[in-house]
Amino acid sequence: MSDFNIQYVARLARISLTPEEEARLGSQLGNILGYIEKLKEVDVHGVEPTAHAFPLVNVTRPDVIEPSLPHEEALRNAPAKAGGLFVVPKIVE
Amino acid sequence: MIHRLRLAELIDKLSRRECSAREAMAACLLQMDRVDSQVHAFLSVDRDNAMAQADAADRALASGVTHREKPLLGVPIALKDVLCHQGQPLNCSSKILGTFRSPYDATVVAKLKEAGATVFGRLNMDEFAMGSSTENSAFFTTLNPWDTSRIPGGSSGGCAASVAANECFASLGSDTGGSIRQPAALCGCVGMKPTYGRVSRYGLVAFASSLDQIGPFTKDVRDGAILLQAISGYDRRDSTSMREPVPEYTASLTGNLRGLKIGLAKEFMVGGLDPEVDAAVKRAVRHLESLGAEIVEVSLPHSDYAVATYYIIATAEASANLARFDGIRYGARVEGSDPFQLNSRTRGSGFGAEVKRRIILGTYVLSSGYYDAYYLRAQKVRTLIRQDFLKAFESVDAIVSPTTPTAAFKVGEKSGDPLQMYLSDIFTISCNLAGNCGISLPCGFTSSPKLPIGLQVLGKPFGEETMLRIAHAYEQSTPWHREVAPLG
Repeated sequence: MSDFNIQYVARLARISLTPEEEARLGSQLGNILGYIEKLKEVDVHGVEPTAHAFPLVNVTRPDVIEPSLPHEEALRNAPAKAGGLFVVPKIVE
Repeated sequence: MIHRLRLAELIDKLSRRECSAREAMAACLLQMDRVDSQVHAFLSVDRDNAMAQADAADRALASGVTHREKPLLGVPIALKDVLCHQGQPLNCSSKILGTFRSPYDATVVAKLKEAGATVFGRLNMDEFAMGSSTENSAFFTTLNPWDTSRIPGGSSGGCAASVAANECFASLGSDTGGSIRQPAALCGCVGMKPTYGRVSRYGLVAFASSLDQIGPFTKDVRDGAILLQAISGYDRRDSTSMREPVPEYTASLTGNLRGLKIGLAKEFMVGGLDPEVDAAVKRAVRHLESLGAEIVEVSLPHSDYAVATYYIIATAEASANLARFDGIRYGARVEGSDPFQLNSRTRGSGFGAEVKRRIILGTYVLSSGYYDAYYLRAQKVRTLIRQDFLKAFESVDAIVSPTTPTAAFKVGEKSGDPLQMYLSDIFTISCNLAGNCGISLPCGFTSSPKLPIGLQVLGKPFGEETMLRIAHAYEQSTPWHREVAPLG
């Protein structure tokens, strides 16, 4: 896969890689993509895609307010919190 | 020797009060003390919590609660580190979850507790269930109780090894492309992937949502049927769980195969199959015939494309599901000057190599300009694979095959070559793509070294009863399930 740009895709995936990882993953993914190319042999003309094994569509429930995870429980595993909120780096200048 | 009892035998003893829940739990912990330094199945176990649950079960038994009301009362059952158990750690064998503790119980855990089970332990796995050997665990590699120079399979390697080593009476794992059936085969126990939608996925950390399913590891088929009974059914918290009635699974274990048609897929008779595995499975097929089943050749013409289809669909879904590990809401965090840097650094240091490989592959196949060529095409091939199975199931009640092409391989043998590792799943993957059910059970051993060989029985969608009937009839008329691992 000549057009597979590991740096570009890793950025899309929000994963920082070391130069060694870029080289290793890039070549391994090249092999895997080469293998996956075999799907081009299959005639899929007129075939509908399958997203799920069973045809479930638009599963809904009544919109009713119910008890949910308590606030402090939802925050308990946060790596940084203050004042009942998650702490994140500054987003807006 | 309580730890060597089968789950059904333990239930009998508990209900006759010949053994207490506390003794059963203590027997598991003692066996862990004896062998887990060699097997490394468990990441952790909260002994106090386990003994408190066992004591509560004994109090319930003393007050007259029966196993008719609570079928698993006092039975110790361990969990793969991918299932939420309230108040207990959950890491998916990854560093990225840090000190995470589950705020709630998965539906299957709630159901086990409701049935009276003593739910304990966190079982090792490949990180985020991505792998076939447990070598991708961020903590350590679990080893095979039959030969500790070999892997136990994966991703649910800890589940299979703990059952084979008799450190628990059963365990629950998850199967996305074979992660229950493959390790069960390599460790010589019974592992079942129910039909997609049979068991609620609520509280299972998602890998590939359209393929994932929770299922049991047990010492025999009857135990698997008992555990499937306890965890099956519609759950309003998982809108992909199905409103199908749950049959009485143990009632289907008749021992009789008369009138059943069992398919052999000609595409599964591929090269690369170990001669001893091939011979064991062929003997198993003749045995099934001698029990009254009619053997019929079927065709699954798109089998050769299953692995490629799987590695597009599963990685695409994983890239979306694992976006939630962002260093903001839970888990470990590596600081950054802006959210993008924080996310990227956290994920770069928190995920292991295989998880990064799959997220990047999944991101690529979904990315602008490549979606149609990869993801959409794979979804169409998935349709063809599913149609192959539905067509085959018009003429047969089940399909049998080897579970894996070889017995357990050596630690390190395939870890440098991801594609070779992926190809070890050729027999199990299409079942997840098609959504039907499958089970692996022991069907023999290699000669030297002595390693278990697994027979896979694939059933129709919601065809667990017939699948279990076939597996049980085979098992009960062969000696394999009575063999105990050297570290069992």
